Formats: sequence, C-alpha cells, structure tokens
Amino acid sequence: MAILKERIALTGNEAAALAMKQINPDVCAAYPITPATEIMQIFASYVADGLVDTELVAAESEHSAMSASIGSVASGARSMTATSSQGLALMWEMLYIAAGLRLPIVMPMVNRALSAPINIHCDHSDSMGARDSGWIQINSENAQEVYDNIIQAIRIAEHPDIQLPAMVTFDGFIISHAMEPVDTCDAEKIQKFIGPFKPMYSLLDVDHPITVGAIDLTDYYFEHRRALAEPTFKVLDVVEEVAADFEREFGRKYGIFELYKMDDAEVAIVVLGSTAGTAKVVIDELRESGVKAGMLKVRMYRPFPYKQVASVLSDMKAVAVLDRSDSLAGFGGPVFGDVRSALYDSAKRPIITNYIYGLGGRDITLAHIKSVYDDLLAIAKSGKAPANLFGYLGVRE
Amino acid sequence: MANLKELVKKEEKFAPGHRACAGCTFPIIIRQVLAATDTPVVCGAATGCMEVTTTIFPFTAWKTPFIHSAFENVAATISGAEAAYRSLKRQGKYEGEVRFIAFGGDGGTYDIGLQSLSGAMERGHRMVYVCYNNEAYMNTGVQRSSATPLGADTTTSPAGKVKPGKLQSRKDLTEIMAAHHIPYVAQASPSHWNDLVTKAQKALAADGPAFLNVLMPCRLGWAFQPQFGIQMGRDAVNCCYWPLYEVENGKYKITYTPKEKAPVAEFLKKQTKFKHIFRPENEWIIEQLQAEVDSRWETLQKRAEMGC
Amino acid sequence: MAKLTEIRWHGRGGQGAKTAALLFGEAVLGQGKYMQAFPEYGPERMGAPVQSFNRISEEPITLHCHVTNPSIVVVLDPTLIGAVDITQGLPDDGIIIVNTEQPASKFRERLHLNGQSLFTVDASTIARETIGRDIPNTPMMGALVKATGLLDFKEMIVDTKSKLEKKFRSKPEVVEGNLKAIQRAYDEVKAG
Repeated sequence: MAILKERIALTGNEAAALAMKQINPDVCAAYPITPATEIMQIFASYVADGLVDTELVAAESEHSAMSASIGSVASGARSMTATSSQGLALMWEMLYIAAGLRLPIVMPMVNRALSAPINIHCDHSDSMGARDSGWIQINSENAQEVYDNIIQAIRIAEHPDIQLPAMVTFDGFIISHAMEPVDTCDAEKIQKFIGPFKPMYSLLDVDHPITVGAIDLTDYYFEHRRALAEPTFKVLDVVEEVAADFEREFGRKYGIFELYKMDDAEVAIVVLGSTAGTAKVVIDELRESGVKAGMLKVRMYRPFPYKQVASVLSDMKAVAVLDRSDSLAGFGGPVFGDVRSALYDSAKRPIITNYIYGLGGRDITLAHIKSVYDDLLAIAKSGKAPANLFGYLGVRE
Repeated sequence: MANLKELVKKEEKFAPGHRACAGCTFPIIIRQVLAATDTPVVCGAATGCMEVTTTIFPFTAWKTPFIHSAFENVAATISGAEAAYRSLKRQGKYEGEVRFIAFGGDGGTYDIGLQSLSGAMERGHRMVYVCYNNEAYMNTGVQRSSATPLGADTTTSPAGKVKPGKLQSRKDLTEIMAAHHIPYVAQASPSHWNDLVTKAQKALAADGPAFLNVLMPCRLGWAFQPQFGIQMGRDAVNCCYWPLYEVENGKYKITYTPKEKAPVAEFLKKQTKFKHIFRPENEWIIEQLQAEVDSRWETLQKRAEMGC
Repeated sequence: MAKLTEIRWHGRGGQGAKTAALLFGEAVLGQGKYMQAFPEYGPERMGAPVQSFNRISEEPITLHCHVTNPSIVVVLDPTLIGAVDITQGLPDDGIIIVNTEQPASKFRERLHLNGQSLFTVDASTIARETIGRDIPNTPMMGALVKATGLLDFKEMIVDTKSKLEKKFRSKPEVVEGNLKAIQRAYDEVKAG
C-alpha cells in the first residue's frame, strides 16, 4: 500500500520542483522572485536536460507569467507557474481573471511578506490578499506536504465539477529553503494518479471557434459570477475524494484540515503553515502535564470549511486563532474573522481570541506558543473574554 | 502582393453586426489582416475599442477562436497560447497548423502594454502583434497615449487657456520594435489595402515574432465625418505623417512613396482635435509637427537607401 | 525534545556554510534518522558572516522555529571568532569545532568558555591537499562526526561515496578527493 519510491532530503522549493517535474506540465511560464525563484531555476534545469516535455516561457514579469498561463490553459495545455509576495500582488488582477475564465492553473505560492517595508521573509499577507479571487488555497506545513499537495492540487483543480485555479502555499525560507526528509513517489504512478488534462474548452479547437473573455454588461455579469460560486461549493468534497485516492495510492493521509490531539481538547489554537509543526511540540509538552490542549491546523483555507470548523471547535472552552498576517483596520486577522463567523450560529461556542504573529519572518518560538495556551487556560478558567480580543504576539511594542 | 478578386471571394472570419462606431476603421483592418491567410488563426485582443465592441455577451463577431484577458497583456496571453501550441505539437498531442495574432490599441501597446509586448517579442514566439493605432485611449473617451501627436486635444491633455493640448511628441514604437531585431516589422494603413494585406502575409509567414503598426483613423477621437476614415488614412500617408515601410530581417524598405509630399497642416485641418493649433499663438506646434515629420521621413529614406 | 540535537554552523558568505549544513543533513538522512538543514537568510554578500543549522533526531521533527540553543557549533572561518558571538546559546556542555591551523589554546581565552569542549582541525589545508580548493565544509563533516559521535562514520563514508559517485560520474578524482578529505579530518581533529 505505501508505494514509497525514495525518502530523500529536499527543501520545500526542491520538493515543489520535483512534484512539477513528475507532473510534467505542457507549459510553465514564470518569473523569478525570492524566495520562490529556486523552484523555477530547478525546473529550468530539468527542461535544459530534457527531463520534462514542458515548454518553458521566461516571462518578463509575474503579471505576464499569469497572462501567458491563462493563454496556455485556454489553449488546452496543462500549465503551472510559481511566485511569492510582490509577484502575486503584481498578478492580482490576473488571478481573478484566471478564476473567472475557469482555468485550472496550479501554482506553488511561497508565502512572503508584502511591502512596504520590503521584506523577503515569511508571512501570509500575500496569499491572504488573494482570498476573494476564486482561487483554491491549500496550505502546507512542511516539505512533504508541499510535494503531496501539489500533486493532489492538479486533480482537485482539474476535476470536471471544479475547473478552478489552485495555489499551494508554504512558508518562505522556513520551509522553502529548509531541507527535510520527503517520501517521494514514482513518476509513473503520479501520471496515472493525475491523468491527462481534459480541458473544458480550447482555443486550438479551430473547427469550433469560441470567444473567451467576452465583455458582460449589467445584464449578464452577475449571473456569470453567480455561476462561478457553484464549483466552489463542491471543492471540499472533491478534496476529500482526492485525498482518499491519494492515501490508497501513496499511503499518506490528508483531509480538509488536520486535527492534532483535538478529541478531548478543551483549549485549542487554529493555525496555518509551519507554525503548526512548532505548536505540536508545545502541545505534546502540555499534554504531558495534563493540559487538554489541541490544534486545528488549516489545510484548506479557500474554500473555508466553516461547517466543519464550527463542528470541531464548538465544544472548546477557549480558542486562539494565530494569524500570520494583519487585516489592517479590520477586526483582527483574516483567519480570525473566518473562524468567528463560522462559530457565530453555534449553540455552544468558545471564547475566541486572535494573535497576529510572525510578520516579516519574525520567529515564533515554543515560548510564544506556550504563552498563548497560558492565556487560553486563564480564559477557560474564568469563562470571561479578555478586554482585547485581538493583539500582537512577539513584537516590540 | 494581394489579388483583390481572390480576396473578396474568401469567407469572412469577422462577422458584421458588432458595435463599433459607424465609420470605424478597425473592422476594416481586422478583415484585411485575417484575409491574408487561409491557415487557422487564434486571435487575441487587449481591452479596448476592438474588444469591447466585438464581444458583448452573448454575441461575438469573431469566427476565429478569440481570447481577451486584460488591458496590458494581450502579447503575454497570446504568447502563452503559442507556447501551448508548440508544446502540444511537439508532444504529438495536437495536429495541424495554427497562427497567432494579438490585436492591441495604442493604449494597450505603446503604454501599459509595452512591457508584455517587448517580452513576447524578445522570447521569439511565432506570433503577429497588430497595433491598431488611433492615437489615444478612444474606448474610454479620448485620453492621451504616448502615440498621441504633439498638440492634440484630448481629455487628459486638453487645449485650454494656458496649455495648447499635448506637449510631448509621439513615441516611435515601430522603431522600438525594429530595435528588438525580430524578423518582420512594418507600418501600414487600411487606406492602402494591398500594402496592408501583403504586410500581413509577410508577418504571418515570418518564422518568429512580427509587429504591424497600423494607423487607425478614428472618427470620434479625431473628429471627422464617418465616411472619411479611409481618406484620412490616405492623407496621413501622403503627407508622410504615417510612412508605409517595412523592416524585414533588419533591412529597411519604404513600400509607398507619395507622388507629392503634402504639408502636414492639410491633414491636421481635417480633424477637430487640432482645431486650436491653427490659432496664431499655436503656429509653432504646426511648425514643430512638420519638422518632426520631415526629419523622421528623411531618416527613413536614408535608412532605406542604405538598406539597413 | 531530549532526543533532538541542534547544530549551528558559522562561516562567511561563499565558504559553503549553507552547503555544509545541507550535506550533513543528507548524511543524517542516509542513516535513517530525521533531520532539518537550513540557512539563515539576509541580503547575500560574499564574505559577510552567515549561519546555517541542522536538527537531528531519532523521531520526526516538526519544530520550525529558529535554532537558538544549539548543543554543537561548527566554525568554518576562525576570523569570525571575536567578530561574531559563536558561543551564543551554547550550553555549558556544548561542543565547538573550529577550522584552524592554530592550536586550541589560542582560542580558549578569546571564547570565554564555561566548560564547553573545543576541537580544532585544519580543514582548509586538508581540503586544499585533497580536493585542491579551500572548501572546508566537506572535511568538517568528518571532524564533526568524530567529535560528537552523532553518526556511524563508516556508514557515512559509504553513503557519501555513493552520493558523490552519482553526482560526479565523470570526475572520479572529485569523489576520491572528498572522501579523503572527510577521512583525514576525522583522523586529525584534536580536542584542545
């Protein structure tokens, strides 16, 4: 059952490039940006050595990289690209266009802080900025998940009921440049798992010409956007279906999120990305001293599994959402908003607080996470919400 | 050379009934370009007059496959389609010949689209970029572009009490494209259909990127009566304001020399957007424009003579 | 956590500190242990002080925070001593290994040690004599294994040999040179 090809030491970027190599897309149009650049460099060397069939387009900007990807998938070719931070921000309008045109582009997206100030290190402000674009967002904790998520993302994005673009996120430098053991799979099995690309339409079908990207006036735009919402409601079911298949073929289990010691937990944190791994160590220690601590690690951020999140968290006494990005002048960070909203209608619901942490690559330590649980335990004991529901963790005030 | 009798027999790949202005000359340009080949083509357009008037859902005037994605990136978008075609053909997943044509207005080409145009040309994709140049952002109400000539009155460079319209000269994008050293670059006008169709044929036959800068007289923005679109094109060519030339593998050739070079003022007088430059205090603009036209024409002739 | 070992490497940009951590990480994985290997990043400049890190454990490692308290420090460039606090976070029973041709006594004072063990090896000379270039990171692996006993040395040689043979198929002298470098450093590293 566990079809293991090889356990090798790979950084997150190497794992992403390897997954792309084994997927062997028809086209890859990309532009370099730290810390995602290596993905394209490694992939370019695969192209140069004839190890893939991919047509590599060295776009002159990220905006053009996404534009070319759109032209390519619209022409019936499986296409991938990769970027980060300012690059994602530069292609922002094209993200909405890719989703609006139902083009299943899969993109490794390395989380890096948005300027200003300019910073090359990790936070989630980039992918959070794209959360309304219609892109599926799958978050990875480590290099293994980067590899596995990219492979599954192809199946999810290209599913006939879905046909939406998907980004697979992972933390810049912390994961992208850190080497970890990764169990890789056989390329043939991956090809069989993803199958050939069956596009919904193609510009190259010259006998049946179509117009892609027409203008809608006030009489049609709303219906078209309403129609775009439909596939998003089906994504989570497809994610589970693909995960079940993935477990069968490759032996590793995935879900719409990961629950860590949540069965009898009383206090829990909600977190995305590599911080979840550090939190596991804290939780293990707390459990040893009898604290019923747990964690909900977000894997699917868009669509947000609000029903399932509510069902898991409603019995908690206190929950802290850790956001690695700020939503300036909003009510706390983005994930905080989603979680609170999900729980609003639950008959039983915990006190929910928010910590914005780790901006610009600021380290989040075991002590930081422990302090969050200390706060949660205090809230659970008193049953009272703190005066400030959201605050910043690990910054010099 | 194109044969008119043969051209008119061809099936039109662009349908009538679209929403372009009465007297608009870009539909003529599209039809002339598409008539230049029998090979299937995939077309793209940047946001602009052409895209907005020909693809209002649920209608489309395009009988060829067509894509529009955004304003500044038709070159990048079509380069992606071309890359897909190359990849699929190479892998044996697609059979058949297809050509790729990107249409962009001067706004989406000279200004915001310059980067993606330059990138696509530099990468060597086998595609033709046709700039339909009406010398301003016409779709959105006549705002200036870097293709707008000196002295033109536009909504963002209005002729007022203190400023006499646009104070900058127009960029020479055709020369910029020639400097990319791509196989084929040319200037054309719908008024000279044979010249345009021949150039489109050469562009489509080029084994690499090709660029056509086509003057597109605009009755709305230039302000003339709808029946004079083609005449305006002729006038522009005859005063050498819009020389018809080509650069084929680096070799310059003037493809049409007016029998008598008319003064630029005659061409400008026919357009309401230049009404104000005929006031005495603005005479310098006409002089400068004439000087510019003369100098560029002279340089062009020298280049053509030297063949470089 | 008790089973977790953390290592910090000090070098100057261009000396291969990052590669050292990655190479060692691969060797660790080759012996069936769990590992992490990662550099610290800033705007890159040749010659500037850089750090890289390893984590090693018998169990899967999920930690992703910085390494602040390594139990082992490896210094690839001795000019860093005094310029950078190479003992920061190192516990009293920590181990320091320095690439230098000078005896350990020269550094003991400058380092203000609190009982940490100090080892020295002239990795640069070994590298020059075996590989032909001053790349101390490969031989340092041998010194590191001898000083700490973290890995089975013989197994590591076998594993490194097969990896190098795959990478440098057409250059057997490179493989030979690197293996010699590791062996010599293993043999020549001295406690001081």
